[in-house]
Parts: sequence; structure tokens; C-alpha cells
Amino acid sequence: MLGYNRAKGLVNLNQKNLHSLTHYYGIFCLLSALLPTLGVFFIFTICDDLVFAELVKEYIPNEVINSKDYNFTIVLAQINNSVEGLVFGTPPQWVTNAAEIWKSWVIKSNILTMIVCAITILTSGFLSYKKIHSEFRSRNAVEKIVMTILGVSSVIAILTTIAIIFSVVFESIRFFALIPYDEFLFGTVWNPQFEGAERAGSGQEGLSQYGAIPLFAGTFLISIIALCVSVPIGLLSAIYLSEYASSKERAFFKPLLEVLAGIPTVVYGFFAALTVAPFLRSSGSMLGLDIASESALAAGLVMGIMIIPFISSLSDDVINAVPQSLRDAGYGLGSTKNETVMKIVLPAALPGVVASIILAVSRAVGETMIVVMAAGLAANLTANPLEAVTTVTSQIVTILVGDQEFESAKTLSAFALALTLIIITLGMNFYALHVVKKYREQYE
Amino acid sequence: MNKKIINPEDATNIVKNSILKRRSKDSRLKLFGRVAIGLAVCFLLFLFYSIFTKGYPGFFQYYVTLDINFDRERIDPKGDLSDNSLFDGDASTIVNESLFSVVEPKGRKEKKLAKKIVSSGKDVRIAKMVKDDPSLFGTVTQVKFALDDDIDSFLRGYIKRETPESERRINDKVIGFIDKLNEEGRISYEFSDYILSGSASGNPEMAGIKGAFIGSILTLSVCLLIAFPLGVATAVYLEEIAKKNRITEIIEVNINNLAAVPSVVFGIMGLAIFISIFGMPRSIPLVGGMVLALMTLPTIIISSRAAIRAVPPSVRDAAYGIGASKLQVIFHHVIPLAMPGMLTGTIIGMAQALGETAPLLMIGMVAFIVDIPNSVLDPGTVLPVQIFMWADFAERMFIQKTSAAIIVLLGFLISMNALAVYLRKKLERRW
Repeated sequence: MLGYNRAKGLVNLNQKNLHSLTHYYGIFCLLSALLPTLGVFFIFTICDDLVFAELVKEYIPNEVINSKDYNFTIVLAQINNSVEGLVFGTPPQWVTNAAEIWKSWVIKSNILTMIVCAITILTSGFLSYKKIHSEFRSRNAVEKIVMTILGVSSVIAILTTIAIIFSVVFESIRFFALIPYDEFLFGTVWNPQFEGAERAGSGQEGLSQYGAIPLFAGTFLISIIALCVSVPIGLLSAIYLSEYASSKERAFFKPLLEVLAGIPTVVYGFFAALTVAPFLRSSGSMLGLDIASESALAAGLVMGIMIIPFISSLSDDVINAVPQSLRDAGYGLGSTKNETVMKIVLPAALPGVVASIILAVSRAVGETMIVVMAAGLAANLTANPLEAVTTVTSQIVTILVGDQEFESAKTLSAFALALTLIIITLGMNFYALHVVKKYREQYE
Repeated sequence: MNKKIINPEDATNIVKNSILKRRSKDSRLKLFGRVAIGLAVCFLLFLFYSIFTKGYPGFFQYYVTLDINFDRERIDPKGDLSDNSLFDGDASTIVNESLFSVVEPKGRKEKKLAKKIVSSGKDVRIAKMVKDDPSLFGTVTQVKFALDDDIDSFLRGYIKRETPESERRINDKVIGFIDKLNEEGRISYEFSDYILSGSASGNPEMAGIKGAFIGSILTLSVCLLIAFPLGVATAVYLEEIAKKNRITEIIEVNINNLAAVPSVVFGIMGLAIFISIFGMPRSIPLVGGMVLALMTLPTIIISSRAAIRAVPPSVRDAAYGIGASKLQVIFHHVIPLAMPGMLTGTIIGMAQALGETAPLLMIGMVAFIVDIPNSVLDPGTVLPVQIFMWADFAERMFIQKTSAAIIVLLGFLISMNALAVYLRKKLERRW
């Protein structure tokens, strides 16, 4: 604001010499005053708890520190609770004291933050205000700042990826320090139990077993069932929509199929668990088959419905991308539509179709809610679709939902599972893109 | 090998004979295509049908009308209408007395059974009524109370009268009470006021989606506030400013990878980074919104980039031509023109985020929270997670309430997507 006024004043003084438009001066002042202040503010808010935690150590009596079951995190939590007014029972006097002191620190630090922020805002504002004169190129300065902001925000995507990889790989390494990776990858029994950080020597060796083969098998089984549903339906729909349907039919049915992809997975899960599974169970018992109430079949069928649009939409696009000249050539030789589609168009579109199927599989592998709600949690190593199986994603959810200690092998195993999941899905994606890229040029 | 020479007439015959077969093959493929689409659409319709038929009754429930004597002394002993005073009052006894005067139970045991007919939220209801309207004190007013979920199931016909008493969840005496209430016309089937204004509850007759709904709104606002500016800024940077070099290439590959990462992994990242390292509390909409923002970011970036790319270069050249700087071109011309496309992508991304469950399970938004969250820092839950939790409960009435919640969720999703389609149609410009 001040900058704007000053610039206006300058305009009034010597109108023609100002380099940039007046409001750029204002924005420049605003930005250069606000950005450092925000930085300072964040540093203060993040740091004060850490600083307090260090400072509060002085107020913990020596006998507490020296006692056997001293754990700083617990003590800190005690003090924090007391600060927030949550008191369970009667805490020791020193906790209340420390909490009182903590409270006074909070007030002090708030005041301090405010003062420092005010100083920063004033000094940087003043400095930028000083800079304003008729030769100063404020537009360029503003643009530089904005460009930097834009550039920084694009780095967030990288940061997220790093965060994902960091969090998963780091914890997985800790898991593999407890459980050898060959046991994880090739073991056939999955039976995680909480047993503290130390697996060896706790007298419970062998109780927990982390063989992930049953989970992979379950994932595989459900994905196969899903593919058996979605590939024929999706592919035939794509062929029909792109080759036979009138443009009106196409405009109606294509979005309708895509609605299937927009339904939240939890709704599919509910549908699978409460409609499809009981239906399968009752019809199975009519045929003399014993179908578990949570079966791979129910989850797979519903998942198949879910991924129909992934296959149909993508394949439809790919089939449409096959040049018309190829079809015309086929008709020119006297072939019927069927022959043109089956012998010319589909082979031409095959890489894209394969890619769409791979993408659908990777979607099925990563799908969580349907399997959590409908496929069960029993880690069976079975190829029988009528039994309950469990998948990688549903195990991750079961392990990590609720409170958990971060040190136990059970919790860490979820991270190892997530790592394999990421590797599998990303691998499939890369392969699909590779297939598309490799064969695309042929017809262009 | 001797070459077979077919004479033209035979050849014509062969072709003529085969043509029927080929045509029928053709129509068979067409038929298969139709059947496939028909199947897919049938699945869709069946899904909607099964959820709507289950969910529609979930919006309604049975109420019993009782004459309540609003005795100030007993409801509000301190006379100041404070929560404490209302809590000390024995509103539920008044309700029970009124109920007893109708059904006339004999002995302690029958009284105990009769008490259970009316949902346990009765005192809360009376407290709320007198708070809203203190003039009720001293009057005798007819008040509607929700019935217990077992009674509700009985009235809906899920619990059959013919079932032997020992296998029924309610016994013959209670059925007698209900018949009595029914004869007096005190039982009514009405639009449930709990489903939309209630919060999570262990009692299905009192459970509602308001808490989850507010939680969803808070989470989505956080998500939108983070994802939209970041997504647009990234798209602008990548399309308009950045030179094509290794770094931008890495960014692009990263964005595509992020779009392919299963959603549950984002939840794991939120758990490991936001909660474990930064020490943020569990189950708050702020963390949920941040995780969902990272998840929807690729969708927004990709669609925003497409929208920016669709702005013809002539617009930029014209702006440069009259002396605009690069940023002026971007902010005054390119972004306004690309806005509809960006908004469409954002709405679709938000719709995804609204329906997402798995990552929020990871960061603890499954906790049983009765209070309705007031800010992004209060623990809360969201609609899909509420659906997931309710789907696990055994009571029959929860199935209906779950389906009702699904209807609300689907309603929002459909309207968001319709808005996106509308925006695209309305604001789309052909160059």
C-alpha cells in the first residue's frame, strides 16, 4: 500500500520517467515485506515446541530421570496434557510446575514471534520502500519473485515423490533388518503378531510369520477374476462403440460407462459385501457349492465392474486412432466389418489395448476398499475363488488402521508391503507406456 | 504341387456360399458388443437400484408420539437452562412415565422392557426442545421420539411376528406394547431428523451423517486450497516458463508416476511424514486434506496443462505484440482463457478426493467421533469413511443408514461431475 502511494506520488512528480506500472511497486513492497515475515513466522511456530521440549528437561526432577522406566516422550506427553488442561488423576507436583512454566513460555514466545514478525515486516517493508524511485524496475523484480514461486510449486511434485519413497523405503529397510527379505518374498505363511521390536530373543520366535506369498497370490487371484469380467466386456464395448455404434449411441453410452469409474470404491465395497456376496452364497448353496461369505469371487466380480471403463475408454480411444485408410483398404478388398475389425483394426490397435489392460491391472492391484470390505482378511494360499483371500492392500489397511507402535515388525511389514505395491504398479505403468511408445509410430 | 485352377463359376459359388456365414459372423460381433454394453449398463443400474432401494427407507424411521408434561422443576432443576442443569434433570423419567401411561406395563420387568422402546436419545431431545423454546415449560405437548432400532426393524417387517420368541430380538410383551401404541395411532413413519442432523452414534436410530458431512467439507476445503494454487502454478510453470531440460523432464515423469501410485500409498506417506515425523495429531481434516491434495495434484496439473496448451499461440503473440511482459501475458491472457479447463479438472479432482477412503483410514480418520468438527484441527471423519464404518455394524438399520449416506455421497459426486460437464460445455471455446 505504501509502495503504491509512493509510486503514485512519484508519478505525480515526474510522470513519464517511471519504469513500471504503479501497482507493481505496491505488489513489490507487499511481497518483499510479507515473504520474509511468513518465513520467520513458520520457523518460530515449528521451533518453539522443540525448544520448549529441550528447556523443560531442566524441570524434570533428577530422581525421575534416573529411575528405570524414564521415557522422555511419555513425560513430555504428560506435561503437554497438563498444559492443555487434560489431567488424569493427580499428576506429580513437578509436572504441574513444568506445565505452568510451559504455559508462560507459550505466551512469551507468542509475544516474541509477534515482535519479530513486526520487526521483519517493518524492516523489509522499509527497505523495499526505500528502493522505490523512478529508475527502479519493480515489474522485473515482481516477475522474478512470482516466477520463483511458480518454479518452487512445481517442485512439490518431486518432493511428494521423494516423501513417498523416503517414508516407504526407510521403514522397509528397518523391516528387513528384522525379517530377512527372502522370508518375506518367498514365505508362504502370513501371520503377523505384535511382539515388540525384538523378534529374536523375546521367546516368541516363530509366532509371527511374514511370508507375503499368500498376499501376492490373493491379489493375483482377485485381479484375474476382475480381468475375466472386465476384459471381454470392456473390449467388446470398445469395439462396438468405435466401429458399430452411431454417433448418438456413442455420445450416450461412453459417459454412462465412465460413470462406473466415478463411483467411490467404498460404495463398490459395500455393494460387494452386502449384495453380491450374499447373492453368490445363496446361489452357490443352491448348486451345492460352499462359498465363503467373504470370497475372492465377490470382490473380483465387483472389481471387474469397476475397471470396465478403464479398458473400454482407453481401448476405444486407441481403436479410434487407427487411421481410417486402413479400414477403407479392408473394405476395398471386400471384407465385412467383422473381418476388418478383427484382422486389421484390432491388430493395429493391439499395443494400445494391451496397455489399457495393463493399466487396468495396476488399478486392480492397488485397489483397496473393495477387497477390505469383501475379500476378507484370512491369508489363505489358495487358488479357489470361492474362499476368502486377502490382498496386499487390505493387509496394509488392517495393519495400519488404529493406533500402532512404530517399532514393531508388524507395523513395519505394512511399509514393506507398500514398497512392493509401488514397485509392481509403477513397473506396470512404465511397461504400459513403453508398449504404447514403442509401437505407436508404426501407423503415423 | 499342382496348382488348382478354380473356374470362375465355382469361385462365385464359393463366395456366395460363404457370404452368409461372413455376414452372420459380422452381426454376431455386433450383437456381442451390444450385449457387453448392455451388461455394463445393467451392472450400473443394478448397483444404483440396490443402493436406492436399501437407502431410501434409511431417510425415514418410525417415531412414537407421547404427551410430555414439561415440568420445569424436573427437567431443569437449577432453572438456568445450562447443560449441567439439564443433565441433572430427569427428562427421560418423564418420557418413560408418559410411555407407561399408554402401554401400562405391570411390574419392574415389564417396565424395564417398555423403557427400551424409545431410543435413548430422548432426554437430549427434550433438552434441545426447551433450549430452543423455553415457553414449552408448564405445558403438556405432544413430542415425537425415535423408536429403538429393533422396534424399527420389527415395524418394517424385518423381524417377523411368526418367528419363535426365543429367536427374536424382541419378545412378545414388547410386541404387545407396540400394538397398543399402534392402536392409539401414536406410531408414525416419518422423514428421519437424525440422518441429516445427527452425528456418529452407536445407536443406529440416532446415527446421522452431519459430522461426517462437515468433516468432508473441511477436508475438501483444505484439499482445494492446497491443490488448486499448487496445481495451476505447476502447470503454468511447466507449460509457459520452464525450458525443456532434465529438471522439467524429471518433474513431468514424477507427475505421471504420482497419478499411478495407488491411493493407499498416499495414506502411508501421510502417516509416516505428517503424523510420525511432523507430529501432527491423527484424524484431523487438515492432515486428511493435505494427503488428498497431494493425491489430486496430478489430476489438476494434467488437466490444467491441457487447458493451457489449448490456448492458441496467436493470443500470446498478440499480447507480446502490444508490449506485454511474459508474466503479463500469462496472468492477463493465458490463465483467464484456460480457466474453464482448469476448473473442470479441479472439480473432477475434488470429486475423486470426496470419494476417497483408503488414505484417510491410514491417517486415523476412522475414529469414532461424536462431536461435529468445528475447524480443520478438530478430529473428524468424512462421508466415505463413515460409510465404511457403518457397513461393518451388524444392526439392520445401519445398512439402511449406510445406503442413505451413500445416496447423499453419490448425489454430491454426480452434481460435481455434472457441474464439470456443464462448465466445459458452457465455457469451452473453439479456436
